Amino acid sequence: MASIKIRTKRLEGKTQIRILIAHPMEHGRNKDKQTGQLIPAHFIKELTVKHNDTLIINSDMGGSVAKDPYFAFMLNGGIEGDKITVSWADSLGKTDTVDAKIT
Amino acid sequence: MSLRYHAICLILLSLCLPNLVIADPARDRLETQRFFKRLFPQLQLQDYAEGVYAIDPIARDSWLAIEEFPPYEPALEAGEKLFKQPFKDGHSYADCLPNQGIAITQLYPLWDAIKGEVVTLEKALNDCRILHKEAPLPYQKGAIANILAYMAYNSRGKKINIQIPADDPRALAAYEQGKAFYYARRGQLNFSCASCHNQNAGKKIRSEVLSPVLGHTSHWPVYRLFWGEMGTLHRRFNDCFELLRMPLLPAQSFELSNLEYFLSIMNNGIALNGPSTRK
Amino acid sequence: MPSNRRTFIKQSLVAGAYASLISNGLFKSTKTQAAWIAENFSPATLTDTLQKIYRNAEIIDSEAIALKLPRVAENGAVVPVTVTSSLPNVNEITLFVAKNPTPLSISFKLSPVMDAFVSTRIKMAETCNVIAVVNSEGKLYKARKEVTVTIGGCGG
Repeated sequence: MASIKIRTKRLEGKTQIRILIAHPMEHGRNKDKQTGQLIPAHFIKELTVKHNDTLIINSDMGGSVAKDPYFAFMLNGGIEGDKITVSWADSLGKTDTVDAKIT
Repeated sequence: MSLRYHAICLILLSLCLPNLVIADPARDRLETQRFFKRLFPQLQLQDYAEGVYAIDPIARDSWLAIEEFPPYEPALEAGEKLFKQPFKDGHSYADCLPNQGIAITQLYPLWDAIKGEVVTLEKALNDCRILHKEAPLPYQKGAIANILAYMAYNSRGKKINIQIPADDPRALAAYEQGKAFYYARRGQLNFSCASCHNQNAGKKIRSEVLSPVLGHTSHWPVYRLFWGEMGTLHRRFNDCFELLRMPLLPAQSFELSNLEYFLSIMNNGIALNGPSTRK
Repeated sequence: MPSNRRTFIKQSLVAGAYASLISNGLFKSTKTQAAWIAENFSPATLTDTLQKIYRNAEIIDSEAIALKLPRVAENGAVVPVTVTSSLPNVNEITLFVAKNPTPLSISFKLSPVMDAFVSTRIKMAETCNVIAVVNSEGKLYKARKEVTVTIGGCGG
């Protein structure tokens, strides 16, 4: 199952893009309650958003973004059927990418 | 007649009285609603479904911001898949549950006359699994919480409607047990549920605003920020017990099921709004 | 200047350089990885972080930045934040949490078709200021807001 959910909402010539990603966003300072061991860092480090294959957002982040992170942006423009692509890469080299159409 | 005579009579009478009084859940609920109407005159019954966010405007803002794209959405999706997936023998949850399992959360927990006990929705799901030779799911979190999320979502807007069968005194007894549990003082701090959620609802314990008991069962399961994942009502009970230094109880134990039965009946009339997000 | 800053942001976040080291196969075990992260994520003050990233560039306080945050965070692990600005041609919005071990939280580069609007949820270790730094036409502006982070009595 893809880790990225995308919602678009068109309002007066703009498109609100909302993104929810399933990701642990572990900063590496938490301890496992059962074992007492440090939970290794595992967080998204880069997020990109494209509109019809053109890069519109490029974000760098660390472990101080909340677990299962949420992002929202406002595109000036966008019409029904346009493609929005959200991709992320994390600190362990994992990646994911999902396309959605503006509705 | 001496004062001592009267005192003794009164003591004896008060010992007997609980047995003489016929339990009246409808009256209990009405009294509870009246109590809170006096405490929060600005709130309508349905407002209580928002829990503490109906009475704490700062927390409400934060909650609404998170509900813009709630973190329980992936659980909802996962729950739908799990609910629809047939068992190995070809049957599915829809075969065991009323209305194919769609929009039924408001009927639970219910009194099962054959088993002679309160059956929560979690229990009903696992009973179905066992019937069809599948291993039961662990309670409190994970797959069961995801399925509950999907079912709660389908049931949104349905008013909680738990009916105690008039012809089975055991059902009323279960209600009474849940009620007694709710009002009994327990643990090192000697608190009862009512100490916080009736007597001190709206007040603060340290920096937390205490939620009223009305609305307590409308929004489950919940993505608790504290858990970073979905969890059930019984999981939340135990979080509370732990903090208040009371003994923990297994999820789906008689005590917790009867407590949920009592609480749900107190919440009759409130429309379901789960799954939800809480701190 | 901007490219130095961007490079430094990547380094500050560790992961950029880290990823290239991973691909070189220099990290074999979780222990080595952890040690490397620990070394580069050593606590920094907000002042030091801002200095490293922006050098001596002036960052002007601006009322044209709206920083929306709850006054009291229900749970420091999930604090919703929205930054909007009426400043012209905003190309970057960066969020700092003053008392986090790593004050730099997240940075957004926006293409010209994007409104100056970002919303996300951040982690806050304790009560402190959240600072938004906005780059508008090459100039830096900031706004701050204090958020109370509680542990609480019943929420746990």
